[in-house]
Amino acid sequence: MMPRLARALVNGLLLGGALVALFPLAWMLAVSCMPPGTANTLPPPLWPAHPTLDNYRQLFAHAGMWRYLGNSFLISGAITLLSLTCNLLAGYAFAKLRFAGRERLFRSLLGLLVVPAQVAMLPLFLLFKYTGLVDSYAGVVLPGAATVLGIFLVRQYAQGLPDALLEAARIDGASELRIFTTIVLPLLRPVIATLAILTFLAAWNDFMWPLIELTGQDHYTLPLGLAAMAREHTAGTESLMAGSVLTVLPVLLLFLSMQKYYLEGLLLGGVKG
Amino acid sequence: MKPARAAWLFLAPALLVLGVFFLLPVLGALGLSFTDYDLYALADLHRLRFVALGNYWALLHRPAFWAALGHTFYFVAVGVPLSLAASLGAALLLASPLARCRAFFRTALFAPVVTTAVAMAVVWRYLFNTQYGWANHVLGAIGIHPVDWLGDPHWAMPTIILFAVWKNFGYNMIILLAGLQAIPRELYEAARLDGASAWRQFRHISLPLLGPTLLMVTILTVSGYFQLFAEPYVMTEGGPLESTTSVLYLMYEDGFKWWNLGTAAAEAFLLFLVMFAATLALLRWPRRSGA
Repeated sequence: MMPRLARALVNGLLLGGALVALFPLAWMLAVSCMPPGTANTLPPPLWPAHPTLDNYRQLFAHAGMWRYLGNSFLISGAITLLSLTCNLLAGYAFAKLRFAGRERLFRSLLGLLVVPAQVAMLPLFLLFKYTGLVDSYAGVVLPGAATVLGIFLVRQYAQGLPDALLEAARIDGASELRIFTTIVLPLLRPVIATLAILTFLAAWNDFMWPLIELTGQDHYTLPLGLAAMAREHTAGTESLMAGSVLTVLPVLLLFLSMQKYYLEGLLLGGVKG
Repeated sequence: MKPARAAWLFLAPALLVLGVFFLLPVLGALGLSFTDYDLYALADLHRLRFVALGNYWALLHRPAFWAALGHTFYFVAVGVPLSLAASLGAALLLASPLARCRAFFRTALFAPVVTTAVAMAVVWRYLFNTQYGWANHVLGAIGIHPVDWLGDPHWAMPTIILFAVWKNFGYNMIILLAGLQAIPRELYEAARLDGASAWRQFRHISLPLLGPTLLMVTILTVSGYFQLFAEPYVMTEGGPLESTTSVLYLMYEDGFKWWNLGTAAAEAFLLFLVMFAATLALLRWPRRSGA
């Protein structure tokens, strides 16, 4: 094949692919700025003739959008902080602290990955029902406060830390906790960033467990609020698109600003097979 | 403090969380699936009865369960190969030495992965609207009659599959791209000197060396696709005519709409068994084909 033709073909296909990948996002943004009722016309408009932010204003004023937005940030933030703490401590212990049964315990944890999370959801709901935690923030946050994949990622990374450094600190009489906070944590910074963004995005986009656990609108996250609006069939196209933009935009911006860490985490997690 | 004691203290929070909120509920689910836990038991635990394998037996004789399993298999059997083909195609394009603006294209193609499934499913519902949607508008331009994408039982699942491919292909694309970039350049150069075409280079260098990575992403994607739930919940509510009711959707309805938690637990376990069997089958596959 002629090199010029091949080059045009490769780049043309990439451009076409990027167009398909981005079109729904661009369309969502455009429709969210159209006055109510103007999106459903023929031919379907691509661009708002009279751009407006009314749909957003309406959502914040009448549809409880501030609440959903606040809940989403609160829940995703809490899950991120708690699971970082648990996963960092455990991952480091599996990598660098010697104790009987270490490898066996770690292998059993990896075994848990085979079980789909949904199996646990029914008894978890009952557990929370009998402890009064149904429809509470804690009920969404606690089950996500430690993850096997997170522990695995930290362990992978922490295994590369130099033992000599830790031994020297031990000889100097530093406690294990002090070694962890002053020596280990700073060295783990890249994996902390990776894990933080992976966890936050997953928590933000999570749907099934919050749907089961949060039975009242007061604790709804953005995806739950949006799904409820979409299933009620009362909201207009334009206002649903505005709701979708508000749901997607925070995570999309976060991803764009920390892309490097996100993709690294994806590759690290990917080698587990 | 001895390192061993410190280790257990460091492990305690994570093990506590995983034990109480995952391991225990999983074991509980097994127990639950052997009972007739329903709305009456929810109100008064004394009404709870042990039914042994009764729930499983009933499910195996319930057409709705087989239908849901069939829909889920359809989604996996068509969705996974399409997703992987899209991922591999995009990865090959990005890895090509001819590609320009690689960082931009990689980010653009990956963007759908980080978006919220629920929000994009709402968008998809309007893009595939029969009357005003862009999908039919574009098809109309080339003379194809409008399709009732989400209202026709034959088209609803294909529409959801298209959505899933769009949303997910970027994930495996990144992993396959890394795999492709790890293949030594010299192999391709040697093949070119021998006069091998691009197709032969792909068939005899890229594909075999990518084999283990491909197997891994296949297994992960299959497990992920068996867990179909949010898409039908938002786009079709399991319809039309139950044509998009997946096993998890059925479990959700049985468990949290009708409060038949015993039945729902049995459904969850059967899905788990099916997923486990699928993973084992995939792991045996390369050995059989002798690769």
